[in-house]
Amino acid sequence: MEPLDGNSIGGLLIDVFGAEMTGAIGTCGICGDTGPLAELVVYRQAPGTVVRCRVCGGILMVFVKVRSMTCVDLTGMASLDRPRAA
Amino acid sequence: MAGTAVRGRLTWQVATVAGLTRETPSVCTIELEPPDWAGHRAGQHLDVRLTAEDGYRAERSYSIASAPGERLAITVERLDDGEVSPYLTEELQVGDELELRGPIGGYFVWGPNDGSPLMLLAGGSGVVPLRCILRERLRTGSDVPARLLYSARTLPDVIYRDELGRHHDGVEVNYTLTRSRPPGWTGHTGRINADLLADAAWPAAANPVAYVCGPTSFVETAAAALVGLGYPPERVKTERFGATGGP
Repeated sequence: MEPLDGNSIGGLLIDVFGAEMTGAIGTCGICGDTGPLAELVVYRQAPGTVVRCRVCGGILMVFVKVRSMTCVDLTGMASLDRPRAA
Repeated sequence: MAGTAVRGRLTWQVATVAGLTRETPSVCTIELEPPDWAGHRAGQHLDVRLTAEDGYRAERSYSIASAPGERLAITVERLDDGEVSPYLTEELQVGDELELRGPIGGYFVWGPNDGSPLMLLAGGSGVVPLRCILRERLRTGSDVPARLLYSARTLPDVIYRDELGRHHDGVEVNYTLTRSRPPGWTGHTGRINADLLADAAWPAAANPVAYVCGPTSFVETAAAALVGLGYPPERVKTERFGATGGP
């Protein structure tokens, strides 16, 4: 199954951040590429959701739902800014 | 305050299926009546959740096909190995209930306040949010010039063909057929590439904004070609979905 992009996890991102985040600007902590979360590569078939950098493939975000709690790992992100007005 | 949504949170709700339209043999438009819908912006999504008898749940995100203010609708393409789309396109009946939440998304959205020429590039069922944008342009009386270039395998695979054929008044719709073409076809053929876009896309000097939606390989090729034509990367908005056999 091919990966999706960050547009497909807009609902999950609202669950986690409490706001629309597909237009938020993230910076990859591995290669430094910067862009909207909508552009990132998203794997949803893993036991959880894995979000990778489109340039270097580095893992930027991992979301795993355990019972009713979502565990969030953002250690791959160097920065995450508020969404720009679309 | 029972039943009141927490601000900034999405709430699942049970919508009623109000209409079904067969667009192509594998594509169906589903009209929905949710009890509480605050409205949406063109290009946004909603999440659909199916729950099996044993409690197993599958969630998918679908682009909204209807313009804001119209009855809510999504258009779904059947994926043969899908968990959700075969049910939505083959088994769902008018009057059934469907769990959904939305609207979702703030990146791949368009509103009539953006006066830039619209360059819309669709691969296969990637046309769905772009159809929504064109309907919103029409509904709001926007006069921004719009071009849609739609890549499909064959002419019968084109979704919304009648509706797209009715657009006039500042909207140009062009197709490129990648697999087979009808006798006498004078439109484009083959996959979207830099040469085709150099011919069919607004020049970068017109300061257009581009929306590209389709399978990943289509989006990567088309977006890179637009940037190669001088479109600033931030003016090329993209949305990718998993492989469906390609446009």
